[in-house]
Amino acid sequence: MGGYKYEGRRLPVQDKKARMKTHRNKMTEQDPLARARNFDEVNLGYDAETAISEAERCLLCPSSPCVKGCPVKIRVPEFLDKISEGKFMEALEIIKADNALPAITGRVCPQEVQCEGPCTQNKVSKEPVGIGYLERYVADLERNSMDRCCVNCSPPTGKKVAVVGSGPGGLTVAADMMRLGHEVHIYEAFHKAGGVLVYGIPEFRLPKAIVDYEIKCMEDLGVKIHTNHIIGKIYSLDELMAEEGFDAIYVGIGAGAPRFMGIEGENLLGIFSANEYLTRSNLMKAYDFPNYDTPIAQGKKVCVMGGGNVAMDSVRTGLRLGAEEAHIIYRRSHEELPARTEEIHHAEEEGVMFDFLTTPIRFIGDDEGKLVAMECIRMELGEPDDSGRRRPVPLEGSNFILEADLAVIAIGAGPNPILTSSEPEIELNRWGYIVADDDGKTSKKGVWAGGDIVTGSATVILAMGAGRKSAASMHRYLTGEEEW
Amino acid sequence: MNKVLMKKKLVSNIFEMEVEAKGIANKAKAGQFVVIMVSEKGERIPLTLADWSVEKGTITLVFMVVGTSSLRLSQLEEGDDLFAVLGPLGHASDIEDYGAVIMVAGGVGTAPIYPIAKSLKERGNKVISIHGARSKDLLFWQDKLASVSNEHIITTDDGSFGRKGLVTEPLKELLEADHDKIISRVYSIGPGIMMKFCALTTKPFGVKTIVSLNPIMIDGTGMCGACRVCVHGKTKFTCIDGPEFDGHEVDWNLLTTRQRAYLNEEKCSYDKFHMECED
Ligand SMILES: Cc1cc2nc3c(=O)[nH]c(=O)nc-3n(C[C@H](O)[C@H](O)[C@H](O)COP(=O)(O)OP(=O)(O)OC[C@H]3O[C@@H](n4cnc5c(N)ncnc54)[C@H](O)[C@@H]3O)c2cc1C
Ligand code: SF4
Ligand code: FES
Repeated sequence: MGGYKYEGRRLPVQDKKARMKTHRNKMTEQDPLARARNFDEVNLGYDAETAISEAERCLLCPSSPCVKGCPVKIRVPEFLDKISEGKFMEALEIIKADNALPAITGRVCPQEVQCEGPCTQNKVSKEPVGIGYLERYVADLERNSMDRCCVNCSPPTGKKVAVVGSGPGGLTVAADMMRLGHEVHIYEAFHKAGGVLVYGIPEFRLPKAIVDYEIKCMEDLGVKIHTNHIIGKIYSLDELMAEEGFDAIYVGIGAGAPRFMGIEGENLLGIFSANEYLTRSNLMKAYDFPNYDTPIAQGKKVCVMGGGNVAMDSVRTGLRLGAEEAHIIYRRSHEELPARTEEIHHAEEEGVMFDFLTTPIRFIGDDEGKLVAMECIRMELGEPDDSGRRRPVPLEGSNFILEADLAVIAIGAGPNPILTSSEPEIELNRWGYIVADDDGKTSKKGVWAGGDIVTGSATVILAMGAGRKSAASMHRYLTGEEEW
Repeated sequence: MNKVLMKKKLVSNIFEMEVEAKGIANKAKAGQFVVIMVSEKGERIPLTLADWSVEKGTITLVFMVVGTSSLRLSQLEEGDDLFAVLGPLGHASDIEDYGAVIMVAGGVGTAPIYPIAKSLKERGNKVISIHGARSKDLLFWQDKLASVSNEHIITTDDGSFGRKGLVTEPLKELLEADHDKIISRVYSIGPGIMMKFCALTTKPFGVKTIVSLNPIMIDGTGMCGACRVCVHGKTKFTCIDGPEFDGHEVDWNLLTTRQRAYLNEEKCSYDKFHMECED
């Protein structure tokens, strides 16, 4: 795989030089102050002209560092070249050969560390080609024009595949297996399919209409989606095979168990896991209360612990729900923030305040059990830890009180044990994640797994990549091409 | 979608509903619960299973109208669909031969205690039920509960039926009279305050007392932490660690505080709903 080389058209040297002088086309965005108070998408998208102009910035490097950086190895220069010629649907087909959900990844991939990070233009001028923006552009074009590039399913194989969990990983397996002619059923615990794409990532970053559209297409293809089905409770995996007649199962249940800090006062009113806060707002549409029945607490001063995408989504949700002040409380510094660069930038523009090298050690409540403040401590960065990042060390005596009436804990998530605890045949690692080989095979015959439940919290594209590999392996197994 | 097969009003604001849910009925065990949604815009409401039938492929839910969501639920008619029913969730009750058990049911808690009492009786326990309500016209399922009890004591706060007073009084007397220590377990399901006082009553006797907690929930599957309670000084998620816990170890104040988190919003939603109804 690693050996992709772009073998298309070569650019003459003078064209390359000219292209190196160009600037990255800005994404049009909602005004920061306006958008900080609404839930509409922040980025408005390129138009055709801008898309072509941006694609024309690609140097068509034969070594294609972008492709090496992309976890699913999209043939980036090839699709960019098609866009530069205005052949948008051909570009999309190239993308779709490796990525089933480009409207989504174009919006949520951490491009700065994947395709755009190693992009030669980034090395030249710190202005990489807007690969993610272009991916999004062609995918949106197709969705908005409703003339979907046709997908043909192979003739039915008579095999039945169950997919547990409808996150990006599960959806990828479902789409691939359907196309290969198998009968596919998705089982999802929530009342709506999409996993983190619908319950976690907010509307202002990923409009739910996009996810709904992708899921609708899948249903049109013939995938059956059973919402409100929690596997491990309503069926065991063995029952799915023996009683419901499935020949193979993919487990893509994500890492949905919230982690708390384990400090005093954490159960006060006004303190939420990011999962609760975001699920109320996104999945249950609490931001549209009382038109929707689910309420959400409104904070005047919202403090969010953590520095990843989940933290950025939470703090910006707080702002949009009307907070006067919204803070990120992060125990490391700006440099170590794990969120997508664009989200950090957007949060800053919207007026989110960042308290770096800070962590709460205690939550303080009033007589009614409501959060009113947090006692925090300052940190400094010491030696690198296992993850290679410098470990934050508390500064003795630096304690101070920070007022807050709403706090969101976004310091990570773990594996949910509902399914795994009832399946002793599936080997887990010491953190409770499923052990799977490179093809996604678990220790239980006929069962594959991938995405966050195998890797721990990661990314949409990695879950999709794992899904694609598992689907290929599952297909080989179901067609007898490969033994278990 | 799950079809409502039967709905009836049990007493003033408590309803019984039988819903099609084959898969859940097949797996249901006493003590477990489901999460339902009336409509796509509705809240996710946890309800402990009151009964089920594997043959019919149905589950029975009993609920009290307390806010917009339960009001909407009560307005569904036979033949209507529930938008979502998820389950069975939570751990099942530990059904063992304890000798004799006391089942204290209060108000709407009478319904979820029924399948537990039934299972305990089938397992060979002597089941003594204490069945409490504010007054006679709020009592329901007396026959059902009596049918799975060796003894069935009814109390009403106002004395309009059975014994006048609170459920804790006969509870205390039974334990005091139990010189041979045959009663080795008490179950208490009902309003938080009742469960708390049952636990306080049994504590001096050292009889293990199981309560079924009903905090606010969202998913019911361990992914949000809205349902966290404090038991034995440790944070637990009711939906996956419970819903039953050792009543002597529950932090009752925290439970009631957290249950009241959205009182203002509930009122706002309720008011809006009433305005729409009047329009
Ligand atoms: C708020 C937030 C923001 C994020 N932002 C980004 C981002 O910008 N870019 C990025 O690349 N990644 C982001 N991520 C991470 C990314 O969303 C995940 O890595 C990805 O969704 C994992 O996909 P998955 O298919 O493994 O599972 P998930 O998306 O987690 O889906 C799992 C699904 O399985 C269901 N399920 C669980 N247990 C059961 C069961 N027993 N039976 C049936 N169904 C079950 C769950 O309800 C869920 O719908 C973000 C995550 C969060 C929470
Ligand atoms: S899928 Fe993600 S990493 Fe790959 S090219 Fe698209 S945006 Fe870049
Ligand atoms: S209801 Fe969400 S974790 Fe229990």
